[in-house]
Amino acid sequence: MNSILSVHTVRFVALALAQVLLLSHINFLGYVNPYLYILFVAFYPVKNNRMLFIFLSFLLGLSIDMFMDSGGMHAAATLTIAYIRPAALKFSFGTVYDHQSIKFDAMDIGQRMVYFSILTIIHHFILFSLDIFNFSKIILVLKNTLFSSIFTIILCVLISVIFSRANKK
Amino acid sequence: MQQIVNFIIRNKTFLLFLLLFSVSLLFTIQSHSYHKSKFVNSANFLSGGVYSASNNISDYFDLKEQNKILQEENNRLKSILFNNEGEVDSVYVDSSTFNGRYKFTSAQVIKNSYTQNNNLLTINKGAKDSIKQDLGVITSKGILGIIEDTNNNYATVLSVLNTTSRISAQLKKTNHFGSLTWNGLSEKYVQLTEIPEIAPVTKGDTIITSGRSDIFPKGIPIGIVKDFKLDSAENYYEIEVSLFNDMTNIEYVHIIENEDAGIIKTLIDKANE
Repeated sequence: MNSILSVHTVRFVALALAQVLLLSHINFLGYVNPYLYILFVAFYPVKNNRMLFIFLSFLLGLSIDMFMDSGGMHAAATLTIAYIRPAALKFSFGTVYDHQSIKFDAMDIGQRMVYFSILTIIHHFILFSLDIFNFSKIILVLKNTLFSSIFTIILCVLISVIFSRANKK
Repeated sequence: MQQIVNFIIRNKTFLLFLLLFSVSLLFTIQSHSYHKSKFVNSANFLSGGVYSASNNISDYFDLKEQNKILQEENNRLKSILFNNEGEVDSVYVDSSTFNGRYKFTSAQVIKNSYTQNNNLLTINKGAKDSIKQDLGVITSKGILGIIEDTNNNYATVLSVLNTTSRISAQLKKTNHFGSLTWNGLSEKYVQLTEIPEIAPVTKGDTIITSGRSDIFPKGIPIGIVKDFKLDSAENYYEIEVSLFNDMTNIEYVHIIENEDAGIIKTLIDKANE
């Protein structure tokens, strides 16, 4: 239990620092950035105290906001994907989820990609809607969501393959 | 009563979600209005510390470029100085210009942002160095923004690349003035609106600060006219201004304090009463 706790603390801090110091300054094509820190939400153990999980996600989003001077938009977006995660899990992994015994490493890459895509697209859509905060610029919101999502999903899948324990047989 | 408690216990996750979501929405809405981002900003101890530590390392990579910019500015200032030597030599001292209405402080940018809709920068000077809200910030090339929030050691700067920013600006050749805003599209261009239709605007004109607010002195360069058109009512020009500053590469800045700002403000307040 202790090691699980420390793994997640390290992951929290490492992802937040990587995001604010490195990934938010990529600015590919001028504005496309990956938001990799949502991996924390994606990889949080399935068997969990849901209240704590939601609160931690909020905290992660808020710390990103604090660094990026963005008010509360990362907090809102991260909080939402943390709340709807059970639905995303059920949709992408199907029956396995009902037994509460998901091992992300053991999952098929296609299913994993669907799972990341759901979380990423919802997160980015909320994030950019709150950032631009203007209904008349909905096209800009969708454009930003699309490009940043592609970037984030690719990075998420890569990271999850690289750090996967399944291939260490 | 029993039922209310039961309801809360049953839906506690959803209620927590709603609570936290409204808190974050509140922060977001605050950050979209001028001078309201009080609680969550990067001028605090933690984020300011992390940014200045990382900047300590990364500013070495940029030294050559920054040296060149400094050299250019030195060059420009020297040429002004030596070309005016004859005039300055006399005993004439204009107290209104030499007695220092404006106080300059230099600072270093530790966090820059230009891709969001509301961009803020963080600098490594704060309340300790008598930096206050609403002071102007410029670079050697031109205007940068206005101080938004301060902490003891750090301050955030509301960049001109911010959709809530409004700065008074004018044409260099005439005194027609308008306000400078940003539409959030490109970090190279800002928009100057409310220039009356009668003003003789042409492409390539220089835009400077107007000095009509007590934040910036008159004559700080902003950019040149890239394109212009009349607005829908055909009374005012909408001018696309290409900035002198490369907003993606900013390291050293100057903060301007107008020491008469307080007097001007009391005067205006009195007139408004």
